[in-house]
Formats: sequence, structure tokens, C-alpha cells
Amino acid sequence: MVEKAAVSKFEVRELSVRFGGSGVLRALTLDIHEHEILGVIGPANSGKTTFLRALNRLSDLNPRMTFSGSIRLDGVDINRGMTSEALRRRVGMIFALPMPLPLSIYENIAFGPRRKGIRDRKTLNALVEESLRAAFLWDEVKDRLKTPATKLSGGQQQRLCIARALAVKPEVILFDEPCSGLDPVSTAKVEETMLQLKERYTIVLVTNNTKQAARVATRTAFFLMGELVELDATHKIFTTPADKRTDDYISGKFG
Amino acid sequence: MRMSNVHVREKIAFGVLFCVTLFVLTPVVIVLWIIFKNGLPALNWEFLTQMPTDGMRGGGIFPAILGTFYLVVGATLFSLPLGIFAAIYLSEYARENALTRLINLAIVNLSGVPSVVYGLFGFSLFVVFLKFGVSIVAGSLTLAIMNLPVIITATREALKGVPGYFREVSLSLGASRWQTVRHGVLPFALPGILTGTILSIARAAGETAPILFTVAAFYIPHLPKSVFDQTMALPYHLYIIATQIPNIPVSYRYGTALVLILMVLILNLSAIVVRSRFRKKYKW
Repeated sequence: MVEKAAVSKFEVRELSVRFGGSGVLRALTLDIHEHEILGVIGPANSGKTTFLRALNRLSDLNPRMTFSGSIRLDGVDINRGMTSEALRRRVGMIFALPMPLPLSIYENIAFGPRRKGIRDRKTLNALVEESLRAAFLWDEVKDRLKTPATKLSGGQQQRLCIARALAVKPEVILFDEPCSGLDPVSTAKVEETMLQLKERYTIVLVTNNTKQAARVATRTAFFLMGELVELDATHKIFTTPADKRTDDYISGKFG
Repeated sequence: MRMSNVHVREKIAFGVLFCVTLFVLTPVVIVLWIIFKNGLPALNWEFLTQMPTDGMRGGGIFPAILGTFYLVVGATLFSLPLGIFAAIYLSEYARENALTRLINLAIVNLSGVPSVVYGLFGFSLFVVFLKFGVSIVAGSLTLAIMNLPVIITATREALKGVPGYFREVSLSLGASRWQTVRHGVLPFALPGILTGTILSIARAAGETAPILFTVAAFYIPHLPKSVFDQTMALPYHLYIIATQIPNIPVSYRYGTALVLILMVLILNLSAIVVRSRFRKKYKW
């Protein structure tokens, strides 16, 4: 099932997450390979987003969150072996809705690098251009970097958020239903961007749109009620899934 | 028949609400009109910049203006950092537990304490116990403590108004918690914080009771030389010339009131300007 050549970026072992009394993830064990797009699909309340937020420890923000098990990034436990800031610089995140800060396009991209202590104008300029190019937004905004980011269209805003995450130089990028608020054309652009980014980054894509996973994911994981039902190469999941529940979900029988 | 009934009721409701609103406005307008009408003749350069003469029946009210200015600046210096930092702690760091609930309760109660009680408190703590004497420091600190709950509440509301996703975005980009507060939240809460703060300062400028025992002087023939000196102040000066000194020209009393009201109005206006400036800058 696991391809031999693949190098694991994340190793998740027996991860259980609870919010107060209710368990949201149960004994989750899986690997995320370097330079793959791991699609995560499943109905509402299946724990997809909780899983994603555990990977960059945004789940820490909820004071009622408790967990057991471990997540390793390149062999180092992310909860015990590093600070959350160091982790999040290596593991960027794109949220469901485009969330530009009410700053200029330039300042949105420079936000992360500035927090790392980068002050030099030239370095920042170069980073901003590089990140916007990598997110395929440079040509559309290069003449108006000083204008408010909130003036961009929804699709542009989401690519701005991708550029903003890239500017921190992460190794992994988490996408949390990145196209849920976008029209088909913008969605196609974001998906195109993801496929390009795969060459240099490891990507985890949580999506409610199973077709999106089929289009871009290298491997796909199916979550149900906080458990991993099945994880396999995307074409296998969508053609010959091993578990009947996976088959039922992707053929639209529930969820 | 039924339709017109609804229509009539609608008109009555509108009329009543409009009249009530208008009624709220009238006292403000009348007060301002009386003060402007009677006070404006007294306003001139000498009145604003000279020491009082003839047992305060002539000359100017400069020491009172200066004193109020010192007190407002002093109170702001003390209360602004304290209030803003406390509010940041409470809304961005503190977790919900017995201690934070107690602090919240204390803040709510503090804002309900009558100002004369603040005056007595300031007198016993700053003037007597800490031996600052009746002085600008003691008065400023007393006003500062009176301002704290207002500033804390305004700041917390402003911080709460910044959407939660700003924090998540900032944290997800590797910013620390303090960096997130400093760069991802505070700039966007600033208009609300400044508005609340300036309004509280305006209130402090007009308070009489807290400065009565802690700083205000009946009459001093010279300007304060240090922060440990007493000073005259506009609200107290107004009280004195209105009640303690006979045969004073009416225009002097109203002129003093007018200067005080203008100071407060200017502060309030600047709060509005600041707010609209920032609103345009940070829109989401």
C-alpha cells in the first residue's frame, strides 16, 4: 500500500484528539509523503479539519483540546520537540475563505517574513515578487502592490493567501477547503497552483469536493466519524476502493 | 380600513420616536446656547493667557487652563498604558477562570464608583499614605484610576471587534502570540481604543470631585513649578467663582464654563476624527 520510494514528511501515530468530552479523532495513524498532495475527504464532522489543524498546532488555540499519540515532522515530535512558531514556519496554512488582512497586497505577503525579523527592503521586495510569482498572481497585481488586498477578487485573494504562506518558506502547506467560496474558474486556477507547488512542497488538501481530490491528489484519505477508513493512491480510491463505505461516499450515497 | 389603521399607527410610532429623540437634544442645545451667549464676550486673549487679578474678579484664567491640561496629560500617561496592557492581557491571554471572572467583576464595579469616592481614595492613598501631598501627581493618579475601567472596557471591546481569523492567519504564518497581538490585532483595534480613550480623557478633564482633595487649589499667585505642586483647575475654579466670590462679572463665570466645554468638545471631536481616519485605512 505504501510506495517504497516515498519519503515520509509527517508521521502520525495513534493520534486521538478530544474537545472537552467528545472525541473528534480516534487513533489516527498515517504518513504524509514528501512532494505529494494528500487529499483528505469525508463528510461533515469526520475530523478532517481537526486533523489539519493538529498538523500545525492551530488546534492548541482551543483550551478544551486534549490529544494523545504523536505527530512527527521529519522525525521530530511537533508537540514536544519544537515551538509552535517554529512548526508553523515550516507548515503553512490556507484557510477555507480567503482571509487577507486589511493591509496592502505587499504588506500581506511581507507579514510572515517581517515577523521572522527580515527588515531589509530589497530582501522583502524579492520575497514578495517570488511568492506572488509562485502563486501565479504577480502579473495581475505587480502594478498595484500598495493597494488594499481586500480590493482583489475572491480567487485573487485566495492566491494572495497562498503567496503569503509561501513567503514564510514553508516545507508543507495545508489547504483547508481552499475553494469552498470560489467560482469554477478561480477554483481551476487554485488547483493549477497546487499542482505546480507539489514539485517543491508537500501538500495536504482537505476538501468537501471529492472531484477536486480526484483531480489533484496523489493519494487520498477517506475520513469518517474521526477515523481513517482508507488511504490509497487517488485512482484506486476513486475506482476500486477497498472499503464499501468509501465507495458509498464517493458515489454520493451519503454525506 | 385595516390597512389605514396600520398606516396611522406607523405614523404615530414614527412621530413619537422622533419627538423623544428631539427632546434628548434640547437640553444639550439649550445648555450650549446659554453658555456660548453669556461666555463668548469674556473670551479674549487676556482671559486665556493671564493670571487672575482683583481676587479673581479680573484678569484671566490661564493657571486653571494649564492645570487642567497638566492633569489630563498626567492622567493619560498613567492610565493609557496600564489600561491597554490590562485589556490586552484579559482579552488575548487570560483564560476563563475564577481569577479572570473576579477581575471582570472588579472592573465593572470600579466603573460604578462615584467620583467623590475616587477623590477620597486618592487623598488617603496618594496624598497621605504615599506622601505625594496635595499635588499634580496625586490628582493625575486619582483621575487615572477613575479612567482605568473605561479605558479597559473600551480597549477590550475594540480587541473583541477584530475578527478571530486575523489571529489565526497571523499565527499560521509563524508569528508568536505577542507578535500576533502587536501586528495582527492591535493596529486594527486602534481606532476603537483611541476613541474610548479620548472620551475618557474628556470626562476626566471635567471632573471636580476627584481633584477636590488631591490637587486643586483655591488660588495660587504663580504657576506650578513641579509635579509635586498644587495647581488650579478649570472645573474647581468654576465652582469657586460661581459660589465663593461675590460681585464677579457674569461673563467670567460663563467664560470659564465655555473654555472647559470647548476643551471637552475639542477632545471629543478629535476622537471622531481619529476614528473615521482609521476606519478608512483599515476596512474589512
